[in-house]
Amino acid sequence: MKSSLIAANRGALIAESALIRTVIVLVGVAFLALFLFMPLVLVFAQALSSGLGAYFAALIEPDAWAALKLTLLVAVISVPLNLIFGLAAAWAIAKFSFPGKSLLITLIDLPFSVSPVIAGLIYVLLFGSRGWLGPWLSAHNIEIVFAIPGIVLATIFVTLPFVARELIPLMEQQGTTDEEAARTLGAGGLKIFFRVTLPNVKWGLLYGVLLCNARAMGEFGAVSVVSGHIRGVTNTMPLHVEILYNEYNFAAAFAVASLLAILALLTLVLKTWLESQGAGNGSNKH
Amino acid sequence: MAFSAKQTFYAALTSVLIAGGAASSVAQADTTLLNVSYDPTRELYKEFNAAFAEDYKKQTGETVTLRMSHGGSGKQARSVIDGLEADVVTLALAYDIDALVENGGLLGADWQNKFASNSSPYTSTIVFLVRKGNPKAIHDWSDLTRQGVQVITPNPKTSGGARWNYLAAWGWAEKAYNGDDAKVRGYMRDLFNNVPVLDTGARGATTTFVQRELGDVLLAWENEAFLAIEELGPDKFEIVVPPFSILAEPPVAVVDKVVDKRGTRKVAEAYLNYLYSPTGQKIAAKNYYRPISPQYADPQDLKRFPAIDLVKIDDPLFGGWQKAQKTHFSDGGVFDQIYQPK
Repeated sequence: MKSSLIAANRGALIAESALIRTVIVLVGVAFLALFLFMPLVLVFAQALSSGLGAYFAALIEPDAWAALKLTLLVAVISVPLNLIFGLAAAWAIAKFSFPGKSLLITLIDLPFSVSPVIAGLIYVLLFGSRGWLGPWLSAHNIEIVFAIPGIVLATIFVTLPFVARELIPLMEQQGTTDEEAARTLGAGGLKIFFRVTLPNVKWGLLYGVLLCNARAMGEFGAVSVVSGHIRGVTNTMPLHVEILYNEYNFAAAFAVASLLAILALLTLVLKTWLESQGAGNGSNKH
Repeated sequence: MAFSAKQTFYAALTSVLIAGGAASSVAQADTTLLNVSYDPTRELYKEFNAAFAEDYKKQTGETVTLRMSHGGSGKQARSVIDGLEADVVTLALAYDIDALVENGGLLGADWQNKFASNSSPYTSTIVFLVRKGNPKAIHDWSDLTRQGVQVITPNPKTSGGARWNYLAAWGWAEKAYNGDDAKVRGYMRDLFNNVPVLDTGARGATTTFVQRELGDVLLAWENEAFLAIEELGPDKFEIVVPPFSILAEPPVAVVDKVVDKRGTRKVAEAYLNYLYSPTGQKIAAKNYYRPISPQYADPQDLKRFPAIDLVKIDDPLFGGWQKAQKTHFSDGGVFDQIYQPK
């Protein structure tokens, strides 16, 4: 029924004059070209402006290499943690009803509505040497801000909603009938979760993890506040791009930026593939 | 199938974590020294660090790894106060190091007497960078307030360089208007009316001027102006040296609390002393800083620094950093009174 409606609308559109149609299409294409396609091309053009040799030299330079490793390390720690948290939160919210449920949903959305700079600052205020826990941490020689743990914490904060936000609508839509059926057949809680709930949301979960990962690797604002910008130690890739740019090293800055762009493109390809998989399985209908 | 992929993933995660832990414990075996510095010193310390590490190895047989952090001077001081473990700080102005004394007592109040010449191994001044051919004919401070001249300078609230810029302009105006306070303020107001954008740091302002091609004149550290020309081509920009400017003393200090905790006092002091050595002075001059011992510098490098009438921050006009900061840059101070964001 929905598709027939769309077809009817399309018929109405075709009835518009050719001029209007062309103008609308041109405006759309021009907008995309100007704001999406051209910047992307520019990143690669600038990156290769000093030749292929300079491009690869910029990528294997020790500080760039350290930034790449740090970015991967941060993603490898924060994404699985958010996967577990997101899955648990979505499961609790979608399948059960308990007091404080709407408060929990609001809290999960908090990182989306708060500026990333604030996200970084809260950790400085909490763990910095003048912060609440600072003196105790310093007495025990534990470094959090301006070190890798702080970067991981800030990244976890900004990427926290992705998995849960992806799963909650999906799980709510699926309802609890499958689980109830499993229960009547004698399955226990954990068994229901791993054999029924988890397989049902498999594609949605991967999709959430993918978005979470893209943000974890690309985050600039929050990480910038807690990083301390020590070259080769606490510089992630996005921060390293800024440093290189500020050192007039434009080709190298764009070379590292192009790695991030490639990552974004890969994410898009994977996302499209996941969506088609999810649609094929009928478990991801939005 | 999905589960086996997951198992592989967790195995990979574990190995990465172990590898990360191993790598960080290896790194701690060497002595590392963190120098938290301001924006325009990147190239200077890149060269100086290599020279120092080599010399230190020769003198003591010990290997030292030098780490750098750069940013706006005020912001960098803030990070050190919040726990960034800097063994040494090399900032744009004494006030930012004083802040480390006041907030958390990271070093003694007498830090500026620890090294020669107010703990400033090199000095600089504020000059104008204009587009090639000087199309707007900018030669002196009076030209900056002309109609249609756009001036680029960073925000004096966050940038050390910007505070020097501001005080140089103020010093000139005091002289030009014989200390008539209303006229001096009028000049400063007109000057900042010509500023289209305030960046947070000196390097940001430079990229705004040279890369985004905004504005007609950049108020810049002398070294920053030279570097911009070197990096981006003498065919695009030229330096205009005003007849009057300010003597900028970017000081250095050992952060007592950090070096005592980390046991790095010896190497930190050697590092800063090396700035005063013939090699250190030569490298400073090469990177467009005015060395305090010019006899060690390459005469060719010295030729680039013209003689200018320079006012000092300790001049009664300003009364030192503490007073200047309070009068001009504190909340509700003179800068807040004359500058209305657009």
